[in-house]
Amino acid sequence: MAYNPFSLEGKTILITGASSGIGRGIAVECSKIGAKLVISGRNEKRLQDTLSQLQGEGHLALQADLSTQEGVDALVEQCPPINGFVPCAGIPKMQSVKHINRKDLEEIVWINQEVPIILTTELLKKKKLQKKSSIVFIASLSGIFVANMGESIYSTTKAAISGFAKGAALELAAQGTRVNTICPGLVPTSILEMSNEMFSEDQLMESTKGKYPLRRLGKPEDMAYAAIYLLSDASDWVTGINMKVDGGYSLL
Amino acid sequence: MTLDEFVARFAEEFDETPEEEFKAETVFKDLDEWGSLTALSIISMVDEEYDKRITGADLRSVSTIEELYNLVESK
Ligand SMILES: NC(=O)c1ccc[n+]([C@@H]2O[C@H](COP(=O)([O-])OP(=O)(O)OC[C@H]3O[C@@H](n4cnc5c(N)ncnc54)[C@H](OP(=O)(O)O)[C@@H]3O)[C@@H](O)[C@H]2O)c1
Repeated sequence: MAYNPFSLEGKTILITGASSGIGRGIAVECSKIGAKLVISGRNEKRLQDTLSQLQGEGHLALQADLSTQEGVDALVEQCPPINGFVPCAGIPKMQSVKHINRKDLEEIVWINQEVPIILTTELLKKKKLQKKSSIVFIASLSGIFVANMGESIYSTTKAAISGFAKGAALELAAQGTRVNTICPGLVPTSILEMSNEMFSEDQLMESTKGKYPLRRLGKPEDMAYAAIYLLSDASDWVTGINMKVDGGYSLL
Repeated sequence: MTLDEFVARFAEEFDETPEEEFKAETVFKDLDEWGSLTALSIISMVDEEYDKRITGADLRSVSTIEELYNLVESK
């Protein structure tokens, strides 16, 4: 057998937000390195697209709208026992501090912050998360390492997740479960369209040159390779970290 | 919202530029205070007042406040 300390053979991994962008990228790469996937997304068609891109057999797609408690409960109910959990569903919202309103605040905090926390708790309570599991939150550079114009609420939720990850890492170490975050730099996905298209193609190319020492924007695969490391036994002694994957953006 | 009201509401998003500098025909991108923060504020203001979403590309496609008003009204 070929030497591969990053193999996910024998592990079942639940990924939310797997119907698009980074979550889809993580699901596809994890399947290539041997994992069984339980993928979840809101849009059935896009979720099926991801399912069709997965390698190997035995994967499961669970459609769930996580904007309601019922949707969250249904996902936990249907989820089989897992060894890895990557809550990747998230929404942006560009808004200046002066224009924050309670409705938007509650919506973003719910999806980006409360749902990942509630899912973690419920998966533990219902004994879906096996001993020696790995949880990988998809946080952001925003709020943890940098600030960007218009992202104050978004940053709040990502910093909160990073805080939760540390607390959970400490408690869950008793059962050998590790908890870490990945903090991505800019990855062009549908999330950018939703954030009011503040960036034009030109601006993106400009930012690539100027702001990213490694001279390109991120790809879902960049996040997937980091996730594979954190999900695999190769990171058996790694817990409570924020792993920047940002092409050097935060160095400048 | 009338054009005059829109111009007044647009002006409120600026902290440094005096109110009298804002006219329907003002080329807002030439204002010293125009930048990513004011652009963001205008997008948020339109969202708040009209419940309509304009994009950075929309802002780039017009030059005067009146043109922006027409664009927002037509959405
Ligand atoms: N792209 C970046 O530059 C970047 C940078 C830093 C961090 N991140 C983080 O990475 C994560 C993934 O973002 P992405 O860039 O891959 O964005 P994306 O392509 O827009 O994907 C977002 C995912 O979240 C799911 N989702 C959103 N609301 C949902 C809801 N109410 N119920 C269930 N699923 C829901 C979407 O499902 P449907 O498509 O099925 O609706 C989709 O699968 C987010 O947490 C984001 O904050 C992204």
